[in-house]
Amino acid sequence: MGVLVNKDTKVIVQGITGKQAAFHTRQMLDYGTKIVGGVTPGKAGQEVEGVPVFNTVQEAVEATGATASVIYVPARFAADSIMEGVDAGLELVVCITEHIPVEDMVKVRRYMEGKKTRLIGPNCPGILTTDEAKLGIIPGNIQKKGHVGLVSRSGTLTYEAAFQLMNAGIGVTTAIGIGGDPVKGTDFIDALALFKDDPETKAVLMIGEIGGNAEETAAQWIKENMPDKPVTAFISGRQAPPGKRMGHAGAIISGGKGTAADKIKALNEVGIEVADTVAHIGDTVVETLKKAGIYDECHTC
Amino acid sequence: MNIHEYQSKQILKSYGVKVPEGFPAFSVEEAVENAKKLGTPVCVVKAQIHAGGRGKAGGVKVAKSLDEVKAYASEILGKVLVTHQTGPEGKKVNRLLIEAGADIKKEYYLSFVIDRNTARVVMMASTEGGMEIEKVAAETPEKIFKETIDPAVGLLPFQTSRMAYKLGLPKEAVRPAQKLMGCLYNAFVGKDCSLAEINPMVLTGDNDVMALDAKLNFDDSALFRHPDIAELRDETEEDPKELEAAAADLNYVNLGGDVACMVNGAGLAMATVDIIKYFGGEPANFLDVGGDSNPEKIAKAFNIMLEGGQSKGIFVNIFGGINRCDQVAKGILEAAKLISTDGKSLPVPVVVRLEGTNAEEGREILKNTPIKNVIMAPTMEGGAETIVKLVKEAQA
Repeated sequence: MGVLVNKDTKVIVQGITGKQAAFHTRQMLDYGTKIVGGVTPGKAGQEVEGVPVFNTVQEAVEATGATASVIYVPARFAADSIMEGVDAGLELVVCITEHIPVEDMVKVRRYMEGKKTRLIGPNCPGILTTDEAKLGIIPGNIQKKGHVGLVSRSGTLTYEAAFQLMNAGIGVTTAIGIGGDPVKGTDFIDALALFKDDPETKAVLMIGEIGGNAEETAAQWIKENMPDKPVTAFISGRQAPPGKRMGHAGAIISGGKGTAADKIKALNEVGIEVADTVAHIGDTVVETLKKAGIYDECHTC
Repeated sequence: MNIHEYQSKQILKSYGVKVPEGFPAFSVEEAVENAKKLGTPVCVVKAQIHAGGRGKAGGVKVAKSLDEVKAYASEILGKVLVTHQTGPEGKKVNRLLIEAGADIKKEYYLSFVIDRNTARVVMMASTEGGMEIEKVAAETPEKIFKETIDPAVGLLPFQTSRMAYKLGLPKEAVRPAQKLMGCLYNAFVGKDCSLAEINPMVLTGDNDVMALDAKLNFDDSALFRHPDIAELRDETEEDPKELEAAAADLNYVNLGGDVACMVNGAGLAMATVDIIKYFGGEPANFLDVGGDSNPEKIAKAFNIMLEGGQSKGIFVNIFGGINRCDQVAKGILEAAKLISTDGKSLPVPVVVRLEGTNAEEGREILKNTPIKNVIMAPTMEGGAETIVKLVKEAQA
């Protein structure tokens, strides 16, 4: 189980002939992901890691029956690639690319209105459903099967968290990296809604950071919609100075808004425990699971 | 990326936004020349720095004669202005804007930003011009009006008209205000701005509307399609270490303390700064080296952290995902050789925490290094505690 992707999901790779894309195509195949095709305009007929390349997403979808794509296209062309995937009727598009202009993403979001595609990212590590499939760049060896859903704005913190959980004997259903950009396809509440409806997911770990108010909105949503699945959180950027962009385009405190303190307060107010340091994410999840009486059930590895 | 007010006004003028006539000046003589060129009875001498709150800090003066222009220009040029946006160290004024005085009847606020929640550009305006908008939002939110813009059709005339009436502008000023809003929106999307702010936008004695101040910020990710904007960068306004880091493709923010850190990934880098502070250290910087283990890049990062004697210790916090820890360990050793004077020692203690792919191999490499001062940390928590302790000892 898990959410968004499983071992039967047919996936194409947009920009497959690039060096990074080819490397990760191998990694995704090795994990068991059903990569059925790739797209690079002008490269149809070639193969990458045994996967056939097509000129357009439409051709790839018609030939393979793919329902999902993962994008490794350079930033200046990536917004167009997302919209090509949406136009081809894909159910899921995961965009790894960083540094897409924000106004391009504004157009993408407008273009997606009324269409069925779900976008994950951009500027994200992708998604991984344990022992089934991975779309993106999340390493496959640090996440064990279990019952905790993981959603995060940061790539390395997703890995760090999955690793700490694994060491604590706690497995994960699906890890979703929603990305560090201010305008993106999927936000915390969308990911939480998926976990709420997944019977395998018994608890959620949410990793946020400074900038915007998605964590505050999520806190309210959890209180109103998901009282039965315990949530643990971590927020990075407590020491970030206002007005400075901390690596991610979306990680900036502007006009006094989007501070870590505000987010932690909003989460605590609805009863969500927030790990005090990055080193304590695993321990804090364990405590939360014990308190909710589901630790034994979630202790899967 | 930020630019100066006079540069913003030149761009806005090219989009049809009405701004007061004015010229930049880099010296007192040039300031006086510009005032002569303007030929207006009153002109304004404005400090050009990348920060708001200049007026209160004495960076904006109204001059009624050429002698006054000369006096104010000599007073402001070279002065260090401390405002609520500069930090306590302030910013030195190297440029002035000499501008024609305006006949101000009333001040308003107008801006465009991208709203994360709706994924749309939003126009915001207020009758409380000249004030900090954050303050207005906190104290009198009912005085801020918003229009959300559909990118498929752009800012529509009914929206600018609705805004003009909400602001209570006199009948004669509605059309000019609508034109200004439309032109400002075109500039915002045309140049990939992340912020376009006119504070104040003023109603003049003859019921016209113009931008008395102008602040444009740009989306760094879109600069590739705006070489004209990239050229306007004023490097004297930026932290020299941050500039050097950006040139080396490193994500670095100077935080002023003495416990440095080098991390892969922005989220983990922020969290590492936080954990240093948690154990009582003063973080020197945020630094995301990315997935790279290239020794030259790591050496460059070490040099930037150590420059000027700022850092008394370095915490290297790496989680190997796709990149392997043994490669990172080799990169650190190569970098250490590059920056050490005798190939064997580093000027400050370097505590290294490696976890994830091939962590064991990486630790082995560092354990057997002949380079002094490299200390392996068994855990992230232990590493953060150790580096803070070592820096405190070095100070004692």
